[in-house]
Amino acid sequence: MGMWLFLFTEILFFGGMFLLYAVFRHRFPADFHRGAAGESLVLGTVNTAVLLTSSFTIALAIAAIRKGEKILSARLQAATIFLGIVFLVIKYFEWSAKIAAGIYPNSPVLLNLGKGETLFFGLYYVMTGLHGLHVLVGIAVIAFMVHFTRKGTIGRENDARLENTGLYWHFVDIVWIYLYPLFYLVT
Amino acid sequence: MQNPLRESAARTYTAVWLALLVLLGATLAVAKLQLLARFSALGSLVIASAKAGLVLAFFMHLKDEGRFLKATLALTVCVLTALIGLTFVDVIYR
Amino acid sequence: MTLKDEHSSAEADFYGRTGKYRWVVAEWMMSTDHKRIGVMYLMAILSFFSVGVVLGFMIRLNLLSPGWLMDQQTYNEFFTLHGVIQIFLFIIPGIPVAFGNIFLPILIGAQDVAFPRINRLSWWLYVAGAVLILASLFVQGRPPDTGWTFYAPYSIQTPANISTAVLGVFVLGFSSILTGLNFVTTIHRMRAPGMRWFRMPAFPWTLYATGWVQMLATPVLAITLLFIVLGRFFGVGFFDPSRGGDPILYEHLFWMYSHPAVYIMVLPAMGIISEIVPVFSRRVLFGYTAICLSALAIAAVGYFVWGHHMFTSGMSDTARVIFSFVSFLVAVPTGVKIFNWVSTLYRGSIALDSPLVFALSFIFLFSIGGLSGLIIGALAPNLHLHGTYFIVGHFHYVMFGGAGFSILAGLHYWFPKITGRMYSEKYAKIGWLSLFVGFNILYFSMFVLGFQGMPRRYFDYPPEYHLNHVVSTIGSWFLAVGLVIIFANLIRSVFRGGKAPANPWGGRTLEWTIASPPPHENFASPPVVRQGPYAYEEEAVR
Repeated sequence: MGMWLFLFTEILFFGGMFLLYAVFRHRFPADFHRGAAGESLVLGTVNTAVLLTSSFTIALAIAAIRKGEKILSARLQAATIFLGIVFLVIKYFEWSAKIAAGIYPNSPVLLNLGKGETLFFGLYYVMTGLHGLHVLVGIAVIAFMVHFTRKGTIGRENDARLENTGLYWHFVDIVWIYLYPLFYLVT
Repeated sequence: MQNPLRESAARTYTAVWLALLVLLGATLAVAKLQLLARFSALGSLVIASAKAGLVLAFFMHLKDEGRFLKATLALTVCVLTALIGLTFVDVIYR
Repeated sequence: MTLKDEHSSAEADFYGRTGKYRWVVAEWMMSTDHKRIGVMYLMAILSFFSVGVVLGFMIRLNLLSPGWLMDQQTYNEFFTLHGVIQIFLFIIPGIPVAFGNIFLPILIGAQDVAFPRINRLSWWLYVAGAVLILASLFVQGRPPDTGWTFYAPYSIQTPANISTAVLGVFVLGFSSILTGLNFVTTIHRMRAPGMRWFRMPAFPWTLYATGWVQMLATPVLAITLLFIVLGRFFGVGFFDPSRGGDPILYEHLFWMYSHPAVYIMVLPAMGIISEIVPVFSRRVLFGYTAICLSALAIAAVGYFVWGHHMFTSGMSDTARVIFSFVSFLVAVPTGVKIFNWVSTLYRGSIALDSPLVFALSFIFLFSIGGLSGLIIGALAPNLHLHGTYFIVGHFHYVMFGGAGFSILAGLHYWFPKITGRMYSEKYAKIGWLSLFVGFNILYFSMFVLGFQGMPRRYFDYPPEYHLNHVVSTIGSWFLAVGLVIIFANLIRSVFRGGKAPANPWGGRTLEWTIASPPPHENFASPPVVRQGPYAYEEEAVR
């Protein structure tokens, strides 16, 4: 129950950012379309598939530990971590490409693009940045879970910690499920 | 949060995962091919909600949880919707 | 009226050393015992309250003859700090972390909260947040001068130490969220056998409603504060019109938290009043179910009124009408509570002990504050009164006259239980008298000043306002004297007060069934609850 309550608070936390997105998109629809068009659709779609798959693997990991299959579960958790890292690497490439093009908060290039696009990319960095931070934290937590699973502290009878970690990870996935259309598809 | 040991869990999850990938393709198609014309943006968000719903129901086991949890999740989403909505009442009518 | 006199044994109470750590400080800071955490919180919030009072005292002193005590810049920093400390370090955490922590598990028959280690984390985060806020005073650069509301664009542009202070508030917000999460889970999961929802006392009900507000509102503040920091460091201009941003959006986001925040302040305060009134009138709480449900109603409706802080900001007319209307609605469940408390008193066997005196003051002062809120909740008067001393009077009546007096009431009510000692009833009342008189002089004159047009947060003023400012400041002196007497009485009684029995007031809730102070383990065996709280028999006289 505690983890679900924590996720409710996260919904409101990200919600504030979605609120700003909604308002600014309403005010600068053309600029937002233009901004989204500049994104790499391939990378965005691949990243979405990566995260969806990582949710799959961690769900399987929990099912595995429920059957007492420690090693399989640890491997699936490791796979989740791997996919999370892939996600972050792709994000890194996206960000560095933009920064190299001079598009980052407060840059002269960005300010020249006009108010709407300035806001679009401001939101882009803040929202994907905070999301990425949550992915990073998730990876770290799952790493701990792998350790506990191998040691045996997480097992068939007391898998609550892993279950809660899974909930958190799925939430992070869901946030991205919404970020994807908002930043890549609204053209 | 007790969940019954389900032997078919792996099969259910696989089915959900494939459905998610299909929906991902659908989002892409709707947006890029402008399948819904003016409503493409809205359509993308609706499909995204379908994806989120699948993750919630099956991966997060919301389907098996009690009424209270489902109600409070709905409450939270409603609160956020109301916050955004009331802000828009200001923004739209200025 | 006879009270069963049970003498407590001081040896085995929760203050005693457990022997786990070498140093006492470590033993307490590492404790996961809700009673110890609650006591530490209590000391902290009362200390910060005192600091905040001193700041307010000096603000009023300066207003006697603007400039004689501090210059304009310093004045801005003083009222900013006064607000930040009183709001974020005293009154928002206030009742939940102190009385909630100490008494919630006991009141529902539990041994501790649902997540004791997260409780300890909440305490540590509170300390960390406090350190950060205080640090903003001393690190390089000037203390914050934006007012506690940190409005953009000034908060993004001012060279003062905004980021440090804002980061401190962010950390405090996290502490608050975790406390709310803990209490909601505790109430759901840890009630004793037979303690059904509608057998719980009113105070846990208000803590439950408050917990939801803490969880669902505070994150909005968190992201808003983050936007300030991002704006200051990275030039992310969501609130900067030159970058397409909108300062009114800042106000929306800020008040989306800060209005529900006032319900975090006042709902538990009302819970305490609901505990005290039945005991000191020997009557069952009138309309118990309505009292419990009205707490939820106030929390719910309170989410959708935040725009009433922004009527003059440039919002659309449609939005203003909606926010004004909903603001009036929230007065209804509030009125239900006031009516029910007064009805409880009616024909009761009144014992005018200090807890009840403070509780009655709450009802009186909060009502004045609430009624003044209706005036400014109406759109037309708000145009004249927004940003004036009328607002300052309003919120001090509800926050200080309300939550503040409730804290004093709870402090006197539960003093014997927490310390195992009794205080001097005489000095409690003398202190109360000075406080009450001073309070009304201090703050009622602000209604007058506001009506006359005196703006708030202004360093100086034209001569026609001088008299009311002097009157107000004199009121602050009586208030300060009253507080000194009250706290001196309590502090002295900690060390020299007479020993208190387990149930000096004849209370019927579970905390009075255990020793004063409580032992390490709340209950030797889980209590079985067979009836509702406040089970006072109607006396034959009626």
